[in-house]
Amino acid sequence: MDFPQLRAQFPTLEQTLEGYPLCYLDTAATSQKPNRVIDAMTQYYHNNNANVHRAAHQLSSRATSQYEAVRDQLKGFIKASRREEIIFTHGTTESINMVTHGLINQIQSGDIILIDTAAHHANIVPWQELAKRSGAIIKPIPLTDDCRIDELAYEELLKQKPAIVALCHVSNALGTLNPVNNLVAKAKATGAITLVDGAQAIAHLEIDVQAIGCDFYVFSGHKMYGPTGIGVLYGRFDILDKLEPMMTGGEMIKAVSFDVTEFNILPNRLEAGTPPIAEVIGLGAAIDFILALPKAETAQREQTLLAYLQNQLTGLGDIHLYGANKNNIGAVAFNLASEHHQDVGILLDQQGIAVRCGHHCAMPLMQSLGIKGCCRASIGVYTSKEDIDRFIEALASVKEMLLD
Amino acid sequence: MSSAVQPATETFLTLKLDSSEILPRFENANNWQERYRQIMLLGKSLPKLEDEFRVEQAQVRGCESNAWLYHSEIDGKHYYLADSDARIVKGLVALLLTACHGKSSAEIAAFDIDAYFDKLGLTGQLSPSRTNGLFALAKAIKASV
Repeated sequence: MDFPQLRAQFPTLEQTLEGYPLCYLDTAATSQKPNRVIDAMTQYYHNNNANVHRAAHQLSSRATSQYEAVRDQLKGFIKASRREEIIFTHGTTESINMVTHGLINQIQSGDIILIDTAAHHANIVPWQELAKRSGAIIKPIPLTDDCRIDELAYEELLKQKPAIVALCHVSNALGTLNPVNNLVAKAKATGAITLVDGAQAIAHLEIDVQAIGCDFYVFSGHKMYGPTGIGVLYGRFDILDKLEPMMTGGEMIKAVSFDVTEFNILPNRLEAGTPPIAEVIGLGAAIDFILALPKAETAQREQTLLAYLQNQLTGLGDIHLYGANKNNIGAVAFNLASEHHQDVGILLDQQGIAVRCGHHCAMPLMQSLGIKGCCRASIGVYTSKEDIDRFIEALASVKEMLLD
Repeated sequence: MSSAVQPATETFLTLKLDSSEILPRFENANNWQERYRQIMLLGKSLPKLEDEFRVEQAQVRGCESNAWLYHSEIDGKHYYLADSDARIVKGLVALLLTACHGKSSAEIAAFDIDAYFDKLGLTGQLSPSRTNGLFALAKAIKASV
């Protein structure tokens, strides 16, 4: 694979900030978009713009075909067993909310909901709201010292027969990878409903939802080189079919009278209103982009870069890494000595370096690590060794400014 | 910004920020490194708020770092005490206070914060999209008079 050619597909990366070339190490927050994604959305608006599933005319027919083709693409992409198991949402957050709202009639007071301590707020707060409405009890799954799920503690918690287990595939804040196949199998053995947040995994790993064995798998388009405003809720058909719709209205109905409404079947039943059509089409182009990459080579390249990043950070000295090891995916979290992460972020930004600094929408995780926040450098397919070198050089100058 | 605890009035008056001495350091800085060095030095010169005053009621919302602000009106002039746990924010706060501390309501109302930061070569620091919270602090200072 010709790397310069790959990188040249991302127009955003070709800019300078205050005289410095942009060094984008915030892919975990949102990835940059290749031309083919941007073009696919533009083409839709230029040529095929119409609402889906409704009109008798040709534009609508073209739009509907394009839109529904992406559902088929996704079925293959994550190895779902049926196309009806793919529900379009506006992102990971909406996907999880649809599940937590949809399960209201299946959760009772006193039921236990286990949540990964490393989960980000999108996989915590909706469960808390479900707990408030149902009387269920939230229990965090403890982490080991290296920020992995403590499997012994997890097994102990599973003995309490939780109703739901909510995990992350790859942690948002730290890039730590969970052995989800194993964790889900254990949860399923106790009868729990399982949800895996795949937001940080989907752009880096090949996902097979049937191999994972989870009931729900959720992710966002914008973290996988696709547009913002589009996400996916995968649900195993039988359990998805039992979800109460969070949104009702047009599209999701079969028949409406003022006396009674009969809901449509999946997937329409969970897709009320006009969907984000251009974004779905953009997501389809993002899948094409990912599928066109040489898988093994790309994965190897990302792992090599991440290991290089971890080594260079360690070599800088006065750096504290959180949960870093060779199994991490896409991201490294760190702090510079006891300096405030925001100071580090501002001084890096002055040099054109984009990293995330803060609590990473994972405040319970930060509390468990005993920190207010940290910095996170994250990579994508377009990240180069030069990006890492520039970042390390910039961080060395930040260190000199802050620690001298 | 209202708080159950409030530092003693004398404490507000002991804070001295001499703009004629401070501002030239920024105006003469010829690169961003030098400007940020000056910001951090200025931050160091701003007294640390005692722990008893680093309380939630005094916290300015919208800051990624913690920032606390106290205000007192003495003889028709406005005085401030502020602190942050991040160095650059603390320095930027000190720069804001340099412009507002000991001023009248009319002077603070007329103070053009954007122009002030532009002049100091710190354009962009005040954008509400930035996480440094300076925008929130500036708003809180404006709202205090």
